[in-house]
Amino acid sequence: MAYDYSRYLRNEKLPHIWCPGCTYGIVLKSFIRAIDGLGWDKNDIVVASGIGCCSRLPGYVDFNTLHTTHGRSIAFATGVKIANPDLKVIALGGDGDMTAIGGNHFIHACRRNIDITVLVFNNNIYGMTGAQYSPTTPKGAWATTAPYGMPENNFDVVNLAIGAGATFVARTTAYHTTHCEKMIKEALQHKGLSVVEIINACPTGFGRKNKFKTPTSMLLWMKDKAVQKAKADRMSSEELADKFVIGVLHKEEKPEFIESYDSTVGLKKGE
Amino acid sequence: MAKNVQFMMGNHAVAEGALYAGCRFYGGYPITPSTEIAERMAERLPQVGGRFIQMEDEIAAMASVIGASLAGAKALTATSGPGFSLKQENLGFASLCEIPVVIVDVMRGGPSTGMPTGPSQSDIMQAKWGTHGDHPIIAVTPASVQEQFNETVRAFNLAEKYRCPVVVLTDAIIGQMMESLVIPEPGELEVIDRIKDPGVPPEEYLPYDMEKDINPMPPFGAGYRWHVTGLHHDETGFPTNDPVLHTKNTVRIIEKINKNYDDIVKVEEFYTDDADILVFAIGVNARSAKAAVLEAREKGIKAGLLRPLTIWPFPDKHLDKIISANNIKGIVVPEMNLGQMTLEVERVAKGRCEVEGLYSLMLDPILPSEILEKIRRFA
Repeated sequence: MAYDYSRYLRNEKLPHIWCPGCTYGIVLKSFIRAIDGLGWDKNDIVVASGIGCCSRLPGYVDFNTLHTTHGRSIAFATGVKIANPDLKVIALGGDGDMTAIGGNHFIHACRRNIDITVLVFNNNIYGMTGAQYSPTTPKGAWATTAPYGMPENNFDVVNLAIGAGATFVARTTAYHTTHCEKMIKEALQHKGLSVVEIINACPTGFGRKNKFKTPTSMLLWMKDKAVQKAKADRMSSEELADKFVIGVLHKEEKPEFIESYDSTVGLKKGE
Repeated sequence: MAKNVQFMMGNHAVAEGALYAGCRFYGGYPITPSTEIAERMAERLPQVGGRFIQMEDEIAAMASVIGASLAGAKALTATSGPGFSLKQENLGFASLCEIPVVIVDVMRGGPSTGMPTGPSQSDIMQAKWGTHGDHPIIAVTPASVQEQFNETVRAFNLAEKYRCPVVVLTDAIIGQMMESLVIPEPGELEVIDRIKDPGVPPEEYLPYDMEKDINPMPPFGAGYRWHVTGLHHDETGFPTNDPVLHTKNTVRIIEKINKNYDDIVKVEEFYTDDADILVFAIGVNARSAKAAVLEAREKGIKAGLLRPLTIWPFPDKHLDKIISANNIKGIVVPEMNLGQMTLEVERVAKGRCEVEGLYSLMLDPILPSEILEKIRRFA
């Protein structure tokens, strides 16, 4: 029997706003299966987002949901989590949301190691506003604000998260649906700040003007370019030159922020 | 029982007032001259089971208090002009989404980084219009260390009762000065909590019922699984592009404040019964204004003071009543800026009397003698 996603969806709020060929719907399914696999109570889950196409996702899922201001999802989520650490808190946003306007919140949440899962939907472009370049747009790629090609260097979201102190960092893609589910599930289980970069496709904003004639060709690009970590570890840097690595790329155990805070300050509980 | 009297700094009194009101979360960012509020909360919150966090910036601090409030906590942040500018984005979010939070703005000289250690009253209009779009705001204006405490309690009460962000608009003098403070016994001051139980099953709960001024607000985790968005939304809380709903909801959130004017707007009237000359002043200048009024009375001049403890919504009704009942000849409006409240006083006066602003950017309170001089011109 087909998997029943409807238990986790606000079915009356569908259809979603995403364009034909957009991969966010695929990731939404992996996201739901990951949560279902953990057996968590829907009442305990908070999903916060910023502004952008993927930030509309919270509206479609039947949890406590918070659609905030541009880039601010992690800052709102931090307040939620500190006020009630029993809640399972997920903050999501796009590449522009998380690494441009919300970059400060992103790096400091990583540094604090607060127990929040951050999902970065990276489609290399500002989709909702109509294809402007983001901090992850590849150098040379076309965007409406880079009509001669992207002149800036770009961020590697995974390295940014590791450098800032996140204790669980993974990368996956919308093409690798079961892998995506697994990465999200492991991130949710991790105690501390976990980041999953999910490579997505925006055929409307990015693909059409960057030599991806069809949405399918963008998914096939993910299939061709993604290398599982175990395999990548056996490959030379030359072999990996035009590839990207997927899997759990960093994991360490460090005291979680709220637990550290409570023990450091001798929090008087039950007041 | 002996009263609990302490010699305390104004900023610390804000922190103690917040704790008295039940605040259990503080998200902040250091800025002069408000930092002592954060410092006091960092020390005091864990003692009462609350948590403090110094966020990475002012925007994040404002976001964190909204998040904490959604999780059910009473939450406070404090700042000064430059930080208040940064908080405006999420202050608008709290207005539209009807999230109770309290923001303290210890006013200093602006614009920009301005005069970090000098007092000012130049954020009066920012408090009202700082964020974009038509929106409600409540702002209270303490003038003493005791009022820093009491008005912070009232700010939390108003935030909880009306599901609206409330600004404690104070200044560097009131925040930094020390005076004796009587800390009320528990129960002595009223403490209001938001209605958390909608009284209906989750499937029937409407977080933004347009027919009601105030809707119950169950905390995240209580089983109601509602949606909160900074987009204009319908009664279920989900985005809408309907201009009729947009209009209806905007008017509703503003009117829920305006129609409760009598409960929200608090003023002190000092010798206003028979006054024919009025001084209209807030905060530290109101203290000078009182001295000026007393001196004027000694000289046989019928001066009075109208001192708003709520500046937003503006005390239109109180001011209007005095102007029409007393046949006021003139109103003196001393303020530590180049004229913000004066414009509002002129609006209410509607040409019925003269209105004269007395402005200063000298980083000192306006002197009683300066106010008296203006009063005498109307006498």
